[in-house]
Amino acid sequence: MDRIFQALADATRRDIVTRVSTREQSVSDLASAYTMSFAAVQKHVAVLERARLVTKERRGREQIVHPDPSMLRRAARLLASYEEIWRGRADRIDKLLAEDGKGMKQ
Amino acid sequence: MTVVSIEKDFEALTMKLVAEFDASVDRVWQLWKDPRQLERWWGPPTYPATFEKHDFRVGGRSAYYMTGPEGEKPRGWWQITAIEEPTRFEFDDGFADDDGNPVEALGIVHGVVALDASGGKTRMTSLSRFESAEQLEQMMEMGMEEGIREAIGQIDAILAELGV
Repeated sequence: MDRIFQALADATRRDIVTRVSTREQSVSDLASAYTMSFAAVQKHVAVLERARLVTKERRGREQIVHPDPSMLRRAARLLASYEEIWRGRADRIDKLLAEDGKGMKQ
Repeated sequence: MTVVSIEKDFEALTMKLVAEFDASVDRVWQLWKDPRQLERWWGPPTYPATFEKHDFRVGGRSAYYMTGPEGEKPRGWWQITAIEEPTRFEFDDGFADDDGNPVEALGIVHGVVALDASGGKTRMTSLSRFESAEQLEQMMEMGMEEGIREAIGQIDAILAELGV
């Protein structure tokens, strides 16, 4: 369980999990989505693999990243995506409140 | 830092977010109570929410839809199950069909929101509880796109600020 928490403590890894849960992606697909190096992305995928949140399958020259099918892992992945939604909400509330100071004081 | 902590319990299927805002408890309460303010933050910029109905009292129902980039309009509903104005309320949040009727098969998310004054600021705790992993999965299949678009939108905004 600790491994799952640690694996999902990083924003890039949560994002990787979200992406592969929606559609199949190769490690190079993922690498092209970030500014970091291919090796750095590969390292993130390896952490997720050790936490058994994703699995890797070799297909020709490509390595395809799949979400792990077990229920607990599924819940972990999905809650990570839900977390992103709520982080966005908290940020938007913060921006909205910052506008108060600019116009009329509440 | 707005978000103070996030706790996820994969077995109980809950997520608790604690955030701190530079405003009074009354001010933050208005962000939930006033539908015009609520719709400015509930949905991400690419999926803005419109609340057609928002009856913010115990037993009261809300009806809303989100507008996607291709004009699609997924619908949802809320029902307020408890209120202690202005510090705490509980609500059920679910999907609705095109006519606004609840889609029970997709389940509900039960939310508990608490606001506490803390050194001139407001600490907001939001707890979400899902019914089952299957429900969470179905929800995410429908809402995942929203999460991704939002994350990408945020990255774009940061890059724009940096002038990259």
